[in-house]
Amino acid sequence: MSDRIFGVVGILLAVSFAFAALAIEESFLSDAVGPKAFPLIVAAVLGISSLVIALKPDAAPEWPSLDRLVEIGAAAVVMVLYAELLPVIGFVIATALAATYLTWRLGSGPIASVVTGLGTSVGIYVVFHLVLGLSLARGPLGF
Amino acid sequence: METFASLADGFAIALTWQNLLLALLGCFLGTIMGALPGLGPSNGVAILIPLAFTLGLGATPSLILLTSVYYGAMYGGRISSILLNIPGDEPAMMTCLDGYPMAQKGMAGQALSLSGIASFVGAFFATWGLIFLAPQLVKIALLFGPAEYFALFALAFMTLGGVSSTNQAKSAFAAALGLGLAMIGVDTQTGVPRFTFGEVHLYDGLDFLVAIVGLFALSEVFIFLEKRHGEADADKKKVKVGRLTPPWSMIKQTTPTMLRSTGLGFLAGVLPGAGASLGSFISYSMEKRLVDKDKTFGTGDPRGIAAPEAGNNAAAGGALVPMLALGVPGSGTTAVLLAVLLSLNITPGPLLFSQNPDVVWGLIAALFIANFMLLAMNIPMVGLFTRVLMVPPRILMPVVAMVSFVGIYGISGSSFDLLVMVGFGIMGWVLRKLDVPLVPIILGTLLGNTMENNLRRAITISNGDWMTLIDSPLSIGLWVIAIIGFILPLVIGRRVKAQMHAKAGEEGTISD
Repeated sequence: MSDRIFGVVGILLAVSFAFAALAIEESFLSDAVGPKAFPLIVAAVLGISSLVIALKPDAAPEWPSLDRLVEIGAAAVVMVLYAELLPVIGFVIATALAATYLTWRLGSGPIASVVTGLGTSVGIYVVFHLVLGLSLARGPLGF
Repeated sequence: METFASLADGFAIALTWQNLLLALLGCFLGTIMGALPGLGPSNGVAILIPLAFTLGLGATPSLILLTSVYYGAMYGGRISSILLNIPGDEPAMMTCLDGYPMAQKGMAGQALSLSGIASFVGAFFATWGLIFLAPQLVKIALLFGPAEYFALFALAFMTLGGVSSTNQAKSAFAAALGLGLAMIGVDTQTGVPRFTFGEVHLYDGLDFLVAIVGLFALSEVFIFLEKRHGEADADKKKVKVGRLTPPWSMIKQTTPTMLRSTGLGFLAGVLPGAGASLGSFISYSMEKRLVDKDKTFGTGDPRGIAAPEAGNNAAAGGALVPMLALGVPGSGTTAVLLAVLLSLNITPGPLLFSQNPDVVWGLIAALFIANFMLLAMNIPMVGLFTRVLMVPPRILMPVVAMVSFVGIYGISGSSFDLLVMVGFGIMGWVLRKLDVPLVPIILGTLLGNTMENNLRRAITISNGDWMTLIDSPLSIGLWVIAIIGFILPLVIGRRVKAQMHAKAGEEGTISD
């Protein structure tokens, strides 16, 4: 069943890709092929392979239970927040928070997580910024 | 002997303090990454690419660092196979079969050192193979015009699923998805924006480094979150390593095996779509057929360790041949290495050997040096690496995630790229669950624009005649190979894959 849904999604993707390709504005200075042809070929391959996937599905994979899915979704949200907050609160604080969260969710105790998170953040800061001279996001506190 | 003169020049480049240090660092990190389950050569190299850039390393030093990681990971994978019966990366899967039984008999140290020697033999001779085969391939590649290149790229995509692929439709889907992603951005020939939806950040196109790190490294973090590998820590018991030197008789007994497996593995590496996992697999199966008269394979036969280890390291060297000579990688890690070259503004392919001989020969010399370093590291110092294995994933994976973020942020300094990377991470997780290979996606994003340019150039030259694509014997030959390579797995793929995965039934691992 998973593969059938996947195939249908793939076909929709291929169709919208083809429409987006047809909507490309051609420049008056174009070569013999133009900017549309190759994307249309790609859309065709995408569509045909999706159709085959939908018609001849593999056995469905073992999807995780709902709480595991929430787990993954939450981690993704944390990563998005991390990306957004990085320039605002600075590298060290943001990284410590994100690493603490991930360590905690992967099975460490609360205190151990905070220690690991802080250690990861400070460790990366020391190695990459102080030793290797990489420029990391600077927060209001200067780090 | 032009080759030897070039090689000597290469050693002159590689033997600087900086390059030696980078090779040492690469070998060390690579061995650790190979040994840790969940981090393989492709995601190991992927994480380190941004670093190499932000450190401002030149082309040769970056390549030396990253290929040392690649070779190192091929060595390191065996450590956890032997000690824990968990392959550290996919090519080390076959080493579990005889390595773990040997460790249980109290011969872990001998198994480790013997496999170290086998790895060395495989990698050493494969590097020689690379030296002699790559220039020959370059001579052929110089005959290629745009139409032949287009056919060659098609061949790479059609065979990438490889003989071990079970579902060619999914490989094709992945390749098309990657090519589609590459189309995003301003068209290089006419200057019109494509698929950008008015988003200014997308005008430059997607940075393939962002895609690679997201698909390979972050998706691994999600897989761990899903399975909570923390629970598996408990049954890691301390294994006694024991004596570290194998007796001479054992080395003598396994020498023919090592040599045969090296040849076979190298061949598997050079062929498109095969890669190191297949190299170790066919080496093991062939040796089993040839020399296993007393049915000792699978119960701790030293030859059963020597074969896959020599095979996968030889394949790693072999896989560099098409990447350097044609610019078309045949495996996941070489695709990642291609990304490095492209980001450094070096176009691999036949002209690389004449325009940047310092890069090519410096790299080859560094491979020899790295190989000796790895041998030295992997036999006396193997105890150190076994201790690294005790780091639980719940600490390791957040570090991997954070280092990925740091690397990408270091290149562009933009939050937008980080968001795209998270998106790729989630996409990678879903696709791995659905058993869609990730390597064609990467290759598609890498090669998409070059492939399109070759197509358009070929057709422009022939004044809009599409038949020019199948006009020369060379391109017809390439198309025929491509079609055979695509159809063959449909016939024999299921069987090979079933055998390969009979042991380690893990879903969605990234192939080397």
